[in-house]
Amino acid sequence: MTEAKNTSIPIEMEHDLSRGLAAGATPSIPFELVHKKKFNLREGFSLTLVRTLGLTGAIILMVILAFVVYRGVQVLSWEFITQSPIESMTKGGIFPVIMGTVFLTLISMMIVVPVGVATAIFLAEYSKPGFTLNAVNMSIYTLAGVPSVVYGLFGLSVFVVTFNFGMSLLAGSITLAIMILPYIISTSEEAIKAVPYSFREASLACGTTKWQTIRKIVLPTALPGILTGGILGTAKVSGETAPIMFTAAAFFTPGIPRSVFEPVMALPYHIYVLATAGTHIEKTRPIQYGTALTLIILVLGMNLLGIILRRRQRLKKAW
Amino acid sequence: MVEGMQNNDVIKTKDFSIFYGDFNAVKDVTLNIEAHKVTAMIGPSGCGKTTLLRSLNRMNDLIVNCRTEGEALFHGVDINANDTDVIELRRRIGMVFQKPNPFSNSIYENVAYGPKVRGTKKKSELDEIVYHALVRAALWDEVKDKLNESGLSISGGQMQRLCIARSLAQQPEVLLFDEPTSALDPIATAKIEELIVSLKKTVTIVIVTHNMQQAARISDYTAFMYLGEMVEFGITDRLFVHPEHKLTEEYITGRFG
Repeated sequence: MTEAKNTSIPIEMEHDLSRGLAAGATPSIPFELVHKKKFNLREGFSLTLVRTLGLTGAIILMVILAFVVYRGVQVLSWEFITQSPIESMTKGGIFPVIMGTVFLTLISMMIVVPVGVATAIFLAEYSKPGFTLNAVNMSIYTLAGVPSVVYGLFGLSVFVVTFNFGMSLLAGSITLAIMILPYIISTSEEAIKAVPYSFREASLACGTTKWQTIRKIVLPTALPGILTGGILGTAKVSGETAPIMFTAAAFFTPGIPRSVFEPVMALPYHIYVLATAGTHIEKTRPIQYGTALTLIILVLGMNLLGIILRRRQRLKKAW
Repeated sequence: MVEGMQNNDVIKTKDFSIFYGDFNAVKDVTLNIEAHKVTAMIGPSGCGKTTLLRSLNRMNDLIVNCRTEGEALFHGVDINANDTDVIELRRRIGMVFQKPNPFSNSIYENVAYGPKVRGTKKKSELDEIVYHALVRAALWDEVKDKLNESGLSISGGQMQRLCIARSLAQQPEVLLFDEPTSALDPIATAKIEELIVSLKKTVTIVIVTHNMQQAARISDYTAFMYLGEMVEFGITDRLFVHPEHKLTEEYITGRFG
């Protein structure tokens, strides 16, 4: 098919050109030829295929969302998100559960963002090709590929047992922070590397030090990108079950934790508990879907914030 | 050695060579930059003129594998010595780049950047610095009503003058221009050229340019470089009319380059 087309085009062109010239036409003729070409089967096929597959992805997402919204919205109410669970978690709200997830996420971000951004600055601005850089990069890639349950076990043996934090908000937060670290490093590194080289040159030529350049020009310029990574990381952290299962999550706590050394309830773990380990699995189905819906709203909301930030950054900075 | 050479040379190089790894980009260049004059460096692409220019305030430090041999002195101080204060050197020898590169923050912040980072905090002092730098860069009248707008919101020629103002805010003694008008239209180019000539009262200027007419128009001295060597250096009016070397003559008459 390809060969036939390749040979047919020049002949057609020659033919049309000679006719056009004979008629004394202007050189705009070749453009006309392009438009005259027959419908391109391969192009059409690719377009249809890509469109269908793309739509399939969207449809799957919509179905899941619609399902959870349909089942969950029945229990979602102001009381549901502001009250504690009662009667063996078969009634009441999920307030401590939401707060547990919020605390876990916030504390883990407070730990991981400074460490991640510092590592990214080192990688992007200071490191020279060699053993250290290779070692750090290798570790980051490997860490990014480790299943989250492994982080859970690591957190259990190191923070819960060895450091004696017990099953606690602190142990869970550190575990989540370590899990998300590779992601924060790579998004921050990308954001820092995306700052035009000419900005650094301009700053240094003004008689500033490298660190001043990083602090005053590179980091502020990269900030929206770093923030976007942070927010998407937050979304990822808030939905993880495995890393907190052994390190922080409690089956039930009466209220919100009073210190970082107390265990907490968390949205993903709460769903897991109600759906598998509770005494009234069938009875709590609506609460399970309500909790799932809350989690999805939380995650989607944060993703949306990330997208908006990224858009604003693109609109504002046009270098 | 070179006609018109005087004792008020700001920068002197002697047998100065620059290498990128094994590649010898600049070979044994001996050159004197006189105070309050415009010195132009011309030559075909890849002749090493930009490399030489960037080494004068050590911007080449950013390039891995770049090293120098020989002598380059700024007021008698070895520019490339390990114990030279690079930061102070770059404050006193500023640089304007080929492509206008203002920061994405406001026009005011662009100009105030250097002094601010080095510790000037008082608003009135900064206002003063920004005003004078913009006036000297012939940009004040055009931007005085939009100092808080982004440095990227103005035209290309204005951006380049903003970059010049940003350099002037450091009160430099020398300004290095790396083909400052190659990204600009003829009108913006004329403005920059005019500005460069007016600036030489207060700063010493070294300019690399591809444009021989530009060198002839604005410079007092011209250095012609070819394949990393300085072929000829002298008073511009003489060099363009009676070049000593055959290569120079061929280049300025457009036979190659």
